[in-house]
Amino acid sequence: MQFYRGNRLKCARLAGDRRGDRYPHSLQFYLQPPTENISLSEFESFAVDRLKLLKVVENLGVSYLKGSPEYKSKLEMELKKLKFPYRALAEEDYDARRKDHLSHFILRLAYCQSEELRRWFIQQEMDLFRYRFTELTEDLIKNFLTYVNLAYNAISKEEKDTCADKLVNSTPGFSGAKVVDMAYYKVPWSHAVDLVRTRRIYLHDGFAFVPHQDLVAIVLNNYRTNLSKALALTARSLPVVQSDERLQPLLNHLSHAYVGPDYSIQKNTGKISLEQIDALSVKSFPLCMRQLHKALRDNHHLRHGGRMQYGLFLKGIGLTLEQALQFWKSEFIRGKVDADKFDKGYAYSIRHNYGKEGKRTDYTPYSCMKIILSNPPSQGDYHGCPFRHSDPELLKQKLQSYKISPTGITQVLDLVKGMHYQLACQKYFELIHDVDDIGFSLNHPNQYFAESQKLLSGGREIKKERNQPENSQAKQSSQKSTPASSTPSCSNTKAEIKLEELEDYFTED
Amino acid sequence: MVSLPTCLIFSRARFPAGPGMGEFEPGSLPDLLPLYYRRLFPFGPYGRWLRYGGVPKSYFENREFSFTLRDDIYVRYQSFSNPQELEREIQKTNPYKIDIGAVYSHRPNQHNTVHMGAFQAQEKELVFDIDMTDYDDVRRCCSSADICPKCWTLMTIAIRIIDRALTEDFGIRHRLWVYSGRRGVHCWVCDDGVRKWSSTLRSAVVEYLTLVKGGEDTIKKVTLGDTIHPFISESLSIVEKYFEDYALVGQDILGSRESWDKVLALLPEHILFVYCSGKQVSCGSSKKVSYAEKEIMLQYCFPRLDINVSKGVNHLLKSPFSVHPKTGRVSVPIDLKKVDEFDPFAVPTISRLCHELDTINHDENEAEENEREPEGPRRSRDYKKTSLAPYVRVFEEFLEEMDNFRKGELLRISDSKRDF
Repeated sequence: MQFYRGNRLKCARLAGDRRGDRYPHSLQFYLQPPTENISLSEFESFAVDRLKLLKVVENLGVSYLKGSPEYKSKLEMELKKLKFPYRALAEEDYDARRKDHLSHFILRLAYCQSEELRRWFIQQEMDLFRYRFTELTEDLIKNFLTYVNLAYNAISKEEKDTCADKLVNSTPGFSGAKVVDMAYYKVPWSHAVDLVRTRRIYLHDGFAFVPHQDLVAIVLNNYRTNLSKALALTARSLPVVQSDERLQPLLNHLSHAYVGPDYSIQKNTGKISLEQIDALSVKSFPLCMRQLHKALRDNHHLRHGGRMQYGLFLKGIGLTLEQALQFWKSEFIRGKVDADKFDKGYAYSIRHNYGKEGKRTDYTPYSCMKIILSNPPSQGDYHGCPFRHSDPELLKQKLQSYKISPTGITQVLDLVKGMHYQLACQKYFELIHDVDDIGFSLNHPNQYFAESQKLLSGGREIKKERNQPENSQAKQSSQKSTPASSTPSCSNTKAEIKLEELEDYFTED
Repeated sequence: MVSLPTCLIFSRARFPAGPGMGEFEPGSLPDLLPLYYRRLFPFGPYGRWLRYGGVPKSYFENREFSFTLRDDIYVRYQSFSNPQELEREIQKTNPYKIDIGAVYSHRPNQHNTVHMGAFQAQEKELVFDIDMTDYDDVRRCCSSADICPKCWTLMTIAIRIIDRALTEDFGIRHRLWVYSGRRGVHCWVCDDGVRKWSSTLRSAVVEYLTLVKGGEDTIKKVTLGDTIHPFISESLSIVEKYFEDYALVGQDILGSRESWDKVLALLPEHILFVYCSGKQVSCGSSKKVSYAEKEIMLQYCFPRLDINVSKGVNHLLKSPFSVHPKTGRVSVPIDLKKVDEFDPFAVPTISRLCHELDTINHDENEAEENEREPEGPRRSRDYKKTSLAPYVRVFEEFLEEMDNFRKGELLRISDSKRDF
């Protein structure tokens, strides 16, 4: 058999072309599920990365006007950071597109399970899609639409002339000149439901005449319909997927996932003294822990939920077991508990938290997600998330007593009303520390503490951008190390990645 | 000597002699309904309608019907294997009212055997219900369940506006407009594609068609934006055709202080000033003046839809040819070609129809009648001999149109595939 150089080149190109064919665009409708094999670690890391991306999308969507320059630049940064396709480049970024494709489908498995999860997933995916679509040029849009079989026909000049005045009257804010200039597409009305419903386009014979600038709405509508149907279908086939033991734990955790450091490994152990705690609770504790601390001081007692949430937090900020025992005991004794009773009962559970009893699990401090979603407080409890669980009036009074400005309080309450509890806490951080931009995305009470401490000690400026190179470097090294270390189990890999990130939080500049 | 069916005897006894006399009393329904369902209800065309030509057999089997029986007993989730079974059941139970519901995923009469969540409404005609009570704030002649020839024009306007929008804007073909029997009209949209529409699409249609907004507390219910959408301008030209006669003459909305105050209340203050001062208007405010006039006309005449009737795929609506238990009038189709001439008070009542039947039988050869068995084959062609006939003809034309279109479509598809 003879191999001609020409042939080999052709073969190489064919292979390359096939790769390109699979993802000819940076954007897609996710209509075809992936069929390749991937490793478990890639499965997990792709899913986690996309989840991070969607959470950023959610946060940005509330903090900035969607489509504004800040929104776009921050989102683009995040896409770059997480290695997703971030611009409709002529050059093909096969890896990024593949990651985009796979991670979307993996998250579908986790987020199809309930109406609330589906709604959240669809909302963020739509926002992400909208951003990426609006970044396309007109040519790329045309190509993309043809590719997804939404090749709506632009109406001819003659057709436009006959209904020009109708077009002018049906599109608010459009002058005659604008109508002449803009391309109009004839779209089946069911693809443009929102525009028809509000009577914002010209409708004739079942077709909506959509100006180019409203095309996004159409495409989005289509995207949402497809995704909604797909999620319903996925939910039905989920039992099969969940029976796979390798996937079940991951999928169960993804939908309530906290994707950051878990503060289970304390680098600052012993750096906090008990005398500092009162002051720290005012300066650097998130509101939930400040509340718990005050309740403990006032009542000399906390119920189980409060002890768990606060106790683990304290462990996370560096309290040793001995310190913890001393701390809790000294407070409880002032109440109705005598020393003996404390040693017999409460001490045991504190040691349990530190992994010194029972099955010796080292319990991790609760993330915001966990605090918000599980174990809501009842009468006599002080745990939970104040932004989620407190009566807004009481919350307002509390913030007033902390001398927070009325405008600030209103901003916090608005976020609470919109159910953006973590963003409300971020706003609280900004108000307490008197900064404009918190500089990070809040997910964990210990993260709040660490950031606050950094800020107060001048260790780090509130400029996210400065940390970018460090973060991405750390990520790269962790990603490189992952395949190298013959992965024993998923959680180990996760811990490795998280360890790297943790370094960033505790490294002094 | 043959004993005539008792109902015939009773109906003869009840009516005074003379043609056309059919004073309806609700109490007579139990006697009249059996006759109506056996001799008059057009089961033939009705069954053809609901079997919809090319659909699978399960389409009819999975259709929900509901019956309101004597003493307000209401039974839902009735379903039948075929139109003949439906007919037999109706003739057996003689319901006061018949409603048509959706085509479900399973037979409605077996819905209890199906796992909850699996029993879903899948298809149904898109329906509209326009009720005169919704116009009480703008009609002076009647209120609540009453109607009169003066305010009936509102229904005519509504039919014209909605029908135009359905056909020209939405490209819909097969609409059956029906008089509800008392104070309004219904529209049944039967296009194949439309029957599959989701609740979202149906709501969107209603929203597109809605201009009059606000309840008891809202005085000004129509406000136009800067530009007037083609749908609104088309509807306005329809309203303008009727407005003078209907509102200014018939309703006499400027005829009394109380009444013209209501009109003035719809004008913004600065416009009012312009009117009162008699000053020449500048360019800017002349547009606003003309808009104010349009808004008044629309508030007095534009159709008011009940979104809840239209948006639910599983919503039940009174069936065409069902009898209205309070007025006795039959829910008859309206001939769109003659919508201006439609007179709700000329619509036959069940008592009049039974009387007409009675007269026919009386006039026919007694012997012929004797030979025929009372429980024999369906004699529902009898409607042709009564004043119900022209309305059934409208219904049959509607069905013919659907049939022809369906055949045309099949031809078109087979041509494109080149199957000869």
